[in-house]
Amino acid sequence: MNNPSRPIALINARLIDPVAGTETRGGVLVENGEIRGVGAAITRASVSADAQIVDCGGDIVCPGLVDMRVFVGEPGAEYRETIATASRAAASGGVTTIVATPDTNPPMDDPAVVDFLLRRARDTARVRVLPSAAMTKGLKGEELAEIGLLQEAGAVAFTDGAHSIQNSKVMRRVLTYARDFDALVMHYAEDRNLASSGVMNEGEFASRLGLGGVPPEAESIIIDRDLRLAALTRGRYHAALVSNVQSLESIQRAKQNGLRVTCGVSINHLTLNENDIGDYRTFLKLSPPLRQEDERQKLVEALASGLIDVIVSDHNPQDVETKRLPFAEAEDGAIGLETMLSAGLRLVRAGTITLPRLLASLSSRPAEILGLPQGRLAPGAPADLIRFDPDEPYVVDRQKLHSRSKNTPFDEARMEGVVKLTMVAGRIVHE
Amino acid sequence: MAEADPTRFTHRHLLGIQGLTRPEIENLLDLAEQAIEVSRQVEKKKTVLRGRTLINLFFEASTRTQASFELAGKRLGADVMNMAVANSSVKKGETLVDTAATLNAMRPDIIVVRHYCSGAVDLLSRKVDCSVINAGDGSHEHPTQALLDALTIRRRKGRIEGLTVAICGDVMHSRVARSNMILLTALGARVRMVAPSTLLPSGIDRMGVEVHRTMESGIRDADIVMMLRVQRERMDGAFIPSTREFFRFFGLDAERLKHAKDDALVMHPGPINRGVEIDSEVADGARSLINEQVEMGVAVRMAVLEALSQHLPNG
Repeated sequence: MNNPSRPIALINARLIDPVAGTETRGGVLVENGEIRGVGAAITRASVSADAQIVDCGGDIVCPGLVDMRVFVGEPGAEYRETIATASRAAASGGVTTIVATPDTNPPMDDPAVVDFLLRRARDTARVRVLPSAAMTKGLKGEELAEIGLLQEAGAVAFTDGAHSIQNSKVMRRVLTYARDFDALVMHYAEDRNLASSGVMNEGEFASRLGLGGVPPEAESIIIDRDLRLAALTRGRYHAALVSNVQSLESIQRAKQNGLRVTCGVSINHLTLNENDIGDYRTFLKLSPPLRQEDERQKLVEALASGLIDVIVSDHNPQDVETKRLPFAEAEDGAIGLETMLSAGLRLVRAGTITLPRLLASLSSRPAEILGLPQGRLAPGAPADLIRFDPDEPYVVDRQKLHSRSKNTPFDEARMEGVVKLTMVAGRIVHE
Repeated sequence: MAEADPTRFTHRHLLGIQGLTRPEIENLLDLAEQAIEVSRQVEKKKTVLRGRTLINLFFEASTRTQASFELAGKRLGADVMNMAVANSSVKKGETLVDTAATLNAMRPDIIVVRHYCSGAVDLLSRKVDCSVINAGDGSHEHPTQALLDALTIRRRKGRIEGLTVAICGDVMHSRVARSNMILLTALGARVRMVAPSTLLPSGIDRMGVEVHRTMESGIRDADIVMMLRVQRERMDGAFIPSTREFFRFFGLDAERLKHAKDDALVMHPGPINRGVEIDSEVADGARSLINEQVEMGVAVRMAVLEALSQHLPNG
């Protein structure tokens, strides 16, 4: 690792500023963990002699990615993932800030658990790991969690992770109470009853496979309810994972009405569809389930237009034993920290989204929603930067991924885009 | 202070502060001032209610309010009966209206009623021939509490007009907050409601009060900090996450009280939850009026009984 007190200059780069949406040539000067200068003026000749120089050879340099939805395994599921392994995977995938989900054991519903996570991250993580805390006690959707004390302990947002609040009164109270603390409520929307017998998207393909289906309404009914409650309470609401057009239409209307509403989509739902399940591939068993191709295209359009604010990996490491089961009995979830950027670049290559817009949804926009100073390519911003070659090809080999679990839906996929350097607070954590 | 005159009170019942005029309220406070003197004598008996029957009918547990009414009635010479609802025909399924008819047949002069349903005391008052005093109905009104609070403030501060009063805690479920809001604004005080949003009733911002969602802003430069009791069953995640979180953000301790005026006084209708809404140091401190409120409670109830006795039938 480099000495973070020594200035470092990344020169000869394609600089992408996700906030401004611009691409320029030049360099970035970093000192004391912050960006000091950005632009064409940062060259080998312009920086002081004691600075470390990294010639990027025309690679892209941009802010590191901010991933709002990552399961890090600690405490309680260290056999699936640890903060150390998740943060190695993150660093190698260009992710410099992880927001950890609270579905741990014990769950992140007590300030002491938040404190534990922050200490573990300080001691074992290469990238920034920030906790999101439970919004109800025990993630049970019944009683308010200690949102004020959890926020004081360091929680940056509130979510019940993969649990969805079924009781509308509880959801209303959460939004109302969280608003007093200006806390962000990130909700995974799923009507438990409507989704209960399903294991993949409802429709022809599920019927051919003989699998129970989850209709898009299982998500959109809860999204509709939540948006009405967001209007009633004026709380800050973030739909954690949207997967279909119905949800998008509702969110568009809510945004037009001036509600403080945002939404995210997983990289899987942008780049895969239900047909990829193929022959009962359990690594593609996700919640919400992968939808049809036309829905996927609509999600990409919504991302391009800004209706969808952020992309998340929804990194969910699963032990091989829980995936090597009949499809209906296998656990949901896929890992994604390491492949999120190159999967996203597929959309750029397909011409459906611009590179700055892709990077904004992966860095500046999530940082903005979370109220974090990261995600900006500007003097004074934290020096969380990545360098990558968007065209360098590779084939995903799950055994070479850094995550402790290997359940990637992109195993053996041909990808382009290799992260060559990841810097967090001026410190190079991956090269 | 105007000369107190019980005949100036023209209502048959006292069901709420709503509907009372400012002169009527002030007259009751003046009457109560005289009652304080009676209570402080060795000979505490007056004869205003001699031969009269007062029934305390409490559908909700109460210690201080019931005792306060009992003492007030006895000091005015009335015969006082406490109905123990817990073991009564009410538990056997008798409706409120039937209970009212039964009691009415016993020809009482005044019934003091507390009920857990808003509007229940008003309903009962329509079914009886005697006077009815509301000793608290659901989350609606508790008029004698507001009167005793006003009397306590007026005696300590010399006035109510122009004072800033912060009412803090479970405003949503509090009849004390509602009665105080009406009374104090009628007498010219600036009233603030201070609570987390989950404990504020809908539309509170249109009721002539300032609404604050942090204690620091809510009690800033206040003359009176009035804490409300938070019921245990509302604290375990239903309206607020926990006792410790509530105390952290809405509890009143000496440090937080510094935001109020230097001579600010602290009130609480009781019974207090130490370490939940109020710290012992403040509750037992020199600026606490909590015990004084209890004394004023007896005086105010004597004043109300005396005022109502002027209009009792066959009186």
